[in-house]
Amino acid sequence: MKKFDVVIIGGGPAGMAAALGAREQGASVALLERDDRLGGILNQCIHNGFGLHYFGEELTGPEYAKRFRDKVLADKGITVFLEAMVLSLTEDRVVRAISPTAGLMELHAGAIVLAMGCRERSAGAIALAGTRPAGIYTAGMAQRLSNVEGYLVGKEVVILGSGDIGLIMARRMTSEGAKVKLVAEIMPFSSGLKRNIVQCLNDYDIPLRYSTTVTRVTGKNRLTGVYVAPVDEKMNPLLEKEEYIPCDTLLLSVGLIPENDLLTGTSVEMSRVTSGAVVDEFRQTSVPGIFSAGNVLHVHDLVDNVSEEAFVAGASAAKFSKGELALSETVSVLPSNGVRYALPQKVHQGEGKVKIYFRVDKVYRGRTVVVESGGEVVKRKKTLVMAPGEMQNVEVDKALIRGDLSIYTEE
Amino acid sequence: MEKFDVIVIGGGVVGTAVLRSLAAYKAKTLLLEKASDVATGASRANSGIVHAGYDAETGTKKALFNVKGAAMFPSLTAELHVPYQKTGSLVAAREGGLPALQALYERGVANGVKVEVIDRKRILELEPNISPEIAYALYAPEAGVVSPYKLTIAQADHAVINGAEIRLEEKVVSLEKTADGFAVRTEKGEYFASYVINAAGAGASEVNALIGEDAPTETHAVGDYYILDSKEAGVVNTVVFPLPDEKGKGILVAPTADGNVILGPTSRKVPHEVAEENEVTREGLALVREGVGRLIPCVNLRSVIRVYAGTRTAVGSDFIIEESKKVKNYFMLLGICSPGLTSAPAIGEYVAGVAAEALGLIKKEKMRPLPARFHLTKATEEEIEDKIASDSAYGRIVCRCEKVTEGEILEAIRSPLPAHTVDAVKRRVRAGMGRCQGGFCRPRVMEILSRELNIPLSKIRLGDKGSEIAPYEVKDGYEKV
Ligand SMILES: Cc1cc2nc3c(=O)[nH]c(=O)nc-3n(C[C@H](O)[C@H](O)[C@H](O)COP(=O)(O)OP(=O)(O)OC[C@H]3O[C@@H](n4cnc5c(N)ncnc54)[C@H](O)[C@@H]3O)c2cc1C
Ligand SMILES: Cc1cc2nc3c(=O)[nH]c(=O)nc-3n(C[C@H](O)[C@H](O)[C@H](O)COP(=O)(O)OP(=O)(O)OC[C@H]3O[C@@H](n4cnc5c(N)ncnc54)[C@H](O)[C@@H]3O)c2cc1C
Repeated sequence: MKKFDVVIIGGGPAGMAAALGAREQGASVALLERDDRLGGILNQCIHNGFGLHYFGEELTGPEYAKRFRDKVLADKGITVFLEAMVLSLTEDRVVRAISPTAGLMELHAGAIVLAMGCRERSAGAIALAGTRPAGIYTAGMAQRLSNVEGYLVGKEVVILGSGDIGLIMARRMTSEGAKVKLVAEIMPFSSGLKRNIVQCLNDYDIPLRYSTTVTRVTGKNRLTGVYVAPVDEKMNPLLEKEEYIPCDTLLLSVGLIPENDLLTGTSVEMSRVTSGAVVDEFRQTSVPGIFSAGNVLHVHDLVDNVSEEAFVAGASAAKFSKGELALSETVSVLPSNGVRYALPQKVHQGEGKVKIYFRVDKVYRGRTVVVESGGEVVKRKKTLVMAPGEMQNVEVDKALIRGDLSIYTEE
Repeated sequence: MEKFDVIVIGGGVVGTAVLRSLAAYKAKTLLLEKASDVATGASRANSGIVHAGYDAETGTKKALFNVKGAAMFPSLTAELHVPYQKTGSLVAAREGGLPALQALYERGVANGVKVEVIDRKRILELEPNISPEIAYALYAPEAGVVSPYKLTIAQADHAVINGAEIRLEEKVVSLEKTADGFAVRTEKGEYFASYVINAAGAGASEVNALIGEDAPTETHAVGDYYILDSKEAGVVNTVVFPLPDEKGKGILVAPTADGNVILGPTSRKVPHEVAEENEVTREGLALVREGVGRLIPCVNLRSVIRVYAGTRTAVGSDFIIEESKKVKNYFMLLGICSPGLTSAPAIGEYVAGVAAEALGLIKKEKMRPLPARFHLTKATEEEIEDKIASDSAYGRIVCRCEKVTEGEILEAIRSPLPAHTVDAVKRRVRAGMGRCQGGFCRPRVMEILSRELNIPLSKIRLGDKGSEIAPYEVKDGYEKV
């Protein structure tokens, strides 16, 4: 049995930033990562576009990860366990893990930070009709095969979903000589970043069709083509308008799901909207001493936000383990009228500022974001464009909080 | 030309059952399978139900082998370490369905099956989530669920460690009678056999035609399925059927032997040419959803992790299980549709017996037992520690959803019948069968296969020829770890 002030599960950008945050408070830290190196999903994101906010310069994923990794590995107060997969955790903070070098391990934690990232929705999850040939991949799987293993999955590509990984892969495969024939998005808007649509599709003349889906796939051993069709307002495909596109590859970029399986059987309160835990501004869950940050909490589009959020979670976990996280009453943050979710969902009354992250439910132009507390408007922010693919935030003065916070948009 | 006493054509649950039973005799035996693994035909994609035996018409081969086969499952699956649970089954009927249940009950009794008709109160004890419309059910406590592909693979492995041979990717393309046996030609080679057993499933009629036996027209009916996440386990405890109709046993809701929930199948007629495509259709899935709603309406369809289809092959209304009268020492297994999985062990024993008698084969004193595979999720802490101490690969988790270690994957690749494709690994150890469907582990399984088989990653296949997963090399800009 080993004891640590803070045990962090997952060694991606969230886990690494949490470790540094906890160290700043002088805590002893264990960082468990199931892969054979730190960095998480960043290790396969070899494109530019990371760190503009956090470091003020454009880095590739591996470069961004390296900045944190170097600091983590240099810190004697952080014990890193690689190839260490966490199998279970309990509410009294016992973490069980397995690794080839240490076998079964049991760690006792003063506080836990969850930083397990997310996984991609699969073809099965969307009940894709048709045959079951090779040639159908989640975009992240294809990305790993090309960027880490060095192998390209195909030459004629259709992409279902316009999530960021799919958009990035459209550009990657094009630059490797593949032809991306279509990106089909079932929604009337993209879930990806505007800048990725411009840089990865428009710059290469790759067509993006909204309100369109793949209705079935063909081919016995290898994919030979897909049928696509427009959908009505209820997302039902209009099969009479079905069109066949020959291709050998279908990439799916149809959503990311926070990897919270470890919480099954605990009483940690979960949000149905984010599929992550319900947290306060310190990223503490409903179970005291269990914190959550990064993509396991809610899917982020920018790693910079992940690092910022996780640093706070790590520092707060360290304070909790020392009994120094003194907390006052909480109020709830309630989204409505165009705001799909807001995070944190709970805020403590007191001093300082709190940054509320939120996503809208469709594309809005020229709207104002309003935050109210106890019937009083505490914040108003004019925006030009808000899209579901881009996380927004507003900052609120805690001293103004008089009751539950409601956050909404208005014309 | 290599000589064998017996050649079995087709590596489904039936062919491998025959091979395993033959391995109990002193004989040189070979199984030829055209696909890249055993269990890729009907034996992969079915409901996995061990039917109790009330369904088949009394006096038919279906009834005979079903009842005999079902009785073999508890000891057989224990011996071969195959997931199986005796869950019992219900045929659920609404008010007014009692006469139909009564008829099934009587057939069950005539077939020698333990059955009873129960009322709603008893049903609720077994299935608290049953639809409020259901009033009566036929309860068959001896029915169960099994992993059909694991059974097929275990039969194959057990046969191999007892001296049988299996050659994959060898389709039988010609079959000729010689003076004292058969010349069996595949795409790769030619073999001699004294006795030939045709267990070629959807291809059995074609194989019959090769030797001049009757090649009856087969009918094919596709069944669509949903598989739900293991977190839904518990929504159903037994195998719940609706009342059967002219198309078959109908759309069921059941636990799978590996801990998921299965919904389906439909029954859609398709032509012979596409009998191996196993295409899932939107209409089929819609029918499944409707059918499930009538039995267990609270089933959570948002937990779907996979949809798939399997194709039944039937010839007339009964199994054809007989030695040819036209061609000496040729045995035919045609139209082995449902309950073929349940019947397979009994069919295997019977057919092996007939062949042994024809050739005068002698039984071995005993067979080598099949060693159990290691499963992290089923092992005790001590077993896990010991395993990791013996080989650290047992501490390295590759499939995070199903918690499958590298050690288990290596075992699959080094099995008596080795796995050499990603799907073959998946069927043996469940890597890629969980909620992320290989999104995370597939590239890693490919790496391990590439290393073990000493072939480049670009040649690693999902399944049969032409299913390479990442066939081209990247020109520039990747980060090799
Ligand atoms: C293709 C792609 C492109 C992107 N592009 C950009 C971009 O251009 N700019 C940008 O700013 N952001 C981008 N992002 C977003 C950003 O990279 C992610 O939001 C960020 O990596 C999330 O960090 P994380 O630590 O929460 O998750 P991850 O990076 O996924 O890390 C989670 C870690 O936890 C480990 N883990 C999980 N479960 C366990 C367990 N049980 N035991 C032990 N370890 C476990 C995993 O192995 C993994 O290493 C992109 C993301 C992707 C996928
Ligand atoms: C949708 C569905 C649901 C079912 N549900 C159940 C159930 O719940 N319970 C139950 O008891 N039964 C069930 N069944 C029936 C059961 O699955 C089948 O009876 C059984 O799998 C048949 O096994 P097989 O070995 O005859 O055929 P297969 O598994 O199809 O094997 C035949 C093999 O022969 C090979 N082959 C063909 N031609 C050649 C050739 N020329 N040379 C070499 N190899 C060749 C094929 O590649 C194939 O692998 C179901 C079937 C289906 C389709």
